[in-house]
Amino acid sequence: MRLDTILRVCTKLFLPFIWVFALYVQLHGDFGPGGGFQAGVIAAAGVILYAIVFGKSAATRIVPKWLVEAMVPLGVLLYAGVGVYSMLMGGNYLDYDVLFHSPPTHYEAVHGQHWGVFLVEIGVLITVTGTMITIFYAFAGRGRREDRN
Amino acid sequence: MEILDQITRHYNYVITIFLMIAGVYIVVAKSNMIKTLIGLSIFQASVYLLYLSPGKIIGGTPPIIGEGYEVYSNPLPHVLILTAIVVGVATLAVGLALVVRIHEAFGSIEEDEVLRELEHE
Amino acid sequence: MIPESFVPHLPALQIVLPLLAALIAALVRNGTVGWLLALVVSWLMVPVSMAMLGAVLDGGTISYALGGWRPPLGIEYRVDAPAGYLLVLVSAMGALAMTYAPRSLASEIPVGKRGLYYSMYLTCLAGLLGMAITGDAFNVFVFMEISSLAMYAMIAMGKDRRALVAAFQYLIIGTIGATFYVIGIGFLFASTGTLNMVDMALRLQDLGDSRPAFAGLAFIVVGIGLKLAIFPLHLWLPNAYAYSPSVASAFLASTATKVAVYLLLRFIFSVFGVDQTFDDLPLTEFLLVLSAAAMVIASAVAIFQMNVKRMLAYSSVSQIGYITLGIALASQAGLTGGIAHLFNHAIIKACLFFAIGAVVYRCGVVKLDQLAGIGRKMPLTMGAFVIAGLGLIGVPGTAGFVSKWYLILGAAEQGLWLLVIVIVVSSLLAVIYVGRVIEVAWFREPGPALAKASEPPFEILAVTWALAAGTIFFGIFTQYSGGVAGDAAMVLLDGIGPSDATPLLTRDELFDPTVSSGHVETGGGETGGGETGH
Repeated sequence: MRLDTILRVCTKLFLPFIWVFALYVQLHGDFGPGGGFQAGVIAAAGVILYAIVFGKSAATRIVPKWLVEAMVPLGVLLYAGVGVYSMLMGGNYLDYDVLFHSPPTHYEAVHGQHWGVFLVEIGVLITVTGTMITIFYAFAGRGRREDRN
Repeated sequence: MEILDQITRHYNYVITIFLMIAGVYIVVAKSNMIKTLIGLSIFQASVYLLYLSPGKIIGGTPPIIGEGYEVYSNPLPHVLILTAIVVGVATLAVGLALVVRIHEAFGSIEEDEVLRELEHE
Repeated sequence: MIPESFVPHLPALQIVLPLLAALIAALVRNGTVGWLLALVVSWLMVPVSMAMLGAVLDGGTISYALGGWRPPLGIEYRVDAPAGYLLVLVSAMGALAMTYAPRSLASEIPVGKRGLYYSMYLTCLAGLLGMAITGDAFNVFVFMEISSLAMYAMIAMGKDRRALVAAFQYLIIGTIGATFYVIGIGFLFASTGTLNMVDMALRLQDLGDSRPAFAGLAFIVVGIGLKLAIFPLHLWLPNAYAYSPSVASAFLASTATKVAVYLLLRFIFSVFGVDQTFDDLPLTEFLLVLSAAAMVIASAVAIFQMNVKRMLAYSSVSQIGYITLGIALASQAGLTGGIAHLFNHAIIKACLFFAIGAVVYRCGVVKLDQLAGIGRKMPLTMGAFVIAGLGLIGVPGTAGFVSKWYLILGAAEQGLWLLVIVIVVSSLLAVIYVGRVIEVAWFREPGPALAKASEPPFEILAVTWALAAGTIFFGIFTQYSGGVAGDAAMVLLDGIGPSDATPLLTRDELFDPTVSSGHVETGGGETGGGETGH
C-alpha cells in the first residue's frame, strides 16, 4: 500500500481530523457522551491507520514502541496518583472533593470534582491509546523477518 | 398465543439468549482457537445486551434534574458495561497473544492437533 | 507500627500499594527492581491486613467509602471477620512467595521478562486482595478479571511450551466463569437495583422467593465454581498448576482458589442467607455430591500422576472438595471445618509446591521416576515435603487434622455417616499418593541425574520450612486455626441484618457534597472516611 497515492494523501488529510475528533470526544466527556476510553481508541486508530498505510516502521518513527509501552502504566499511574493525592489531602481514595480545598465547601467540592474527573480521564486516554497501539504493534508484523532480532 | 406475545414483547431477551447460547456453543464445539475466542466474544457481547436492554426506559432522560423531566434512565448499567467491554477487550488481546505464541511453539492453532502433538511427547 | 494518619485509609492502601508497585514495575521493566518492589510491597501488605483484622475483631466491621461516595451508592470496601482472615492469608502467602522467588524464578524465566513477571504478580495480588475486600458485587468481577488476566500471563511464562496451552485453556474456562458471574449479578441487579452486597442482601430478604434472583444465584454459583475448580469444572487446574513457574504454582494454589471459595461463601451466606440458599434450593445435596465426588475421584486420579506438580494439582481439586463440603453442611462445625481447611490447605499446598519448586531449581525434574533418592540428596527440602504431606493426609498434630476433625464432627452431627466414610477414604487415598512420593524420594538409591543435587539456597529452604512449621503450629495451637475459623463461620451463619446497613441519605443530604463524602462526621479532612463499628 506504500505506493498507492490516493490512500496516502487521504490518510494524511484524515489524520488531523481524527486526532482533533479524539480530543473533542475526550473533552466533551465531561458534559455528554464520550470520555477517555472512546477518545483513546480514536486516537490510537489514527496511529494504526498511519501504520497500515505507511508501514509499521514509519509509524514507530513517530510513535516509538517504548513510548506506547510506557504510556500504558503511566496513564494508570496518573489515575491512581489522583487518588493518592486526594488521600494526602485528607479525603478518601479518589475523593475529588478535596483536591484543592480541605475541607471543601459546596462550590469548592464541585471545583475539585471537575478537575478530578478531568485528570482521571486524561489518565484513561493515555492508557487506552497506549494499550491499543501496543496491541497493534505486538500483532502487526509478528513473524516477519524484518522484525526479528 | 400468549407465549408468542411474551416472546415478541421481550425480543431483546430472545436475542440475548440466542447470542449467549451461540457463543458457548462455538466455544465448546470448535477446535480452532481463534474461533473459540470469537465464540467467547459473542458470549460476552450477550451479557452487554443483558445489562443494557433493560436499562433503556422509553422516554427516559439522562439522570440530570431539570424542570419538566420526570422519567430518568439509570446510567449505572452503561458504566458497568463500559467496564465489562474493556475487560472483554483485554481478555481477547491476551487470548490472541497466547494463540500467536501457541502457533509459534506448535505450528498449529487447532486445539486437537496441539493436544495430539503433546501426547506424543 | 502503622502511623496514626494511615489507619482510616488501610482498606484503600491494601489495594492501591500493590497496584502502584505493579505500574512502576511495568514502567521500569527490570527484574531486580521489580523483585524489590514486589518484596517490599508484599511484606507491607501483611501488617496492613493484620491491623485491619485486629480492628475488626475488636470493634466490628470496617467500611471505607471509595471516592467519598457513601455506600450503598458508591463502591464500598468492607472488611469483616472472614474478609479480614482472607486478606491476612493472601498477603502472607504473597510475602512468602516473593521471599522465595528471586533465584527460583531466575532459573525459569529469561532476563527480559522478569520485570514484567513481577508486575503481573503484583497486579494479581491487587486483584485477589480486591476481591476479598470489596463490598460491591460488580467490583468483584473487575478485580476477578484483573487477577485472572495476570494469572494467565504468569502461567504462560512457564518454561515448558505446554504452559501456553494450559494458560489458553484456563483463559477460556476462566472467562466463561467470570461471564457467568456477571450474568448472575445482572439478574440480581435487575431484581434489587443495587450492587452493594449488604444492601442487596437486605433487599433480597424483602423480595422473598424470586425466580430471577434464584437464577442469578445459580449463575453465580456455577461461575464461581469454574473459578474455584469445583469437581466437574476443574479441568483447567491440573495443567495450569503443573506447567507454570514454581513460584506461581505455589502462590496460585494457595490463594486463587481460596479467594473464589470466599466469594462463594459471601454469596451463599451473606447476600442470600442460609434460609434462602439451603432451605429453598437444593444447594446442600448438590454441593455434597460434588464435594464427595471431588474428594474420592480427584484423589484417585492423583495416585496415577507421574508429574509430581500435576499430582499436587489433582490433590488440590480433592482438597477443594473438603472445603465445599464444609460449605454444604452449613452448620457451625461443618463451616468451621471448611474455613479452617481453606487456611490449612493454603499453607500445606504452598509448602508442597515450594518444596517441589526447590527440587526443580536444583535438578530441573518433576517426574516421579526421576526423583528416586532425592530425599537423601536434599533431606531438608524433602523433610518439609514429608511434614506437609502428613498435613495433607490429616495426621493428628498437623493442621490438616484439625479441619478434617471439624468436618467429620459436622457430618456426624447431621447423621451423614456415609460422608464420614468418604472423608476417611479420601484421606487414605492421600496416604497413597503422598506415600508414593515419599517412598521414591527416601527409599530408593539416587540415580545419576541427581548426582549433583544439593540443598537449595537459604531463602528457598527458609520459606519452605516456615510453612512446614506452620503446618505443625496450626495443628497444635488449634485456637489459631479452628478457633479463628469458628469466628468467621459464626459471622457468616449470622448473615446480614438491617443493623449492617449504612443509613441511607435523605434527598437533601444526597445533594450536599459535604455530607455525602463524609467530611462532616469526621470533622474536617484529618481522618476522611473509614468509620469503624456500628
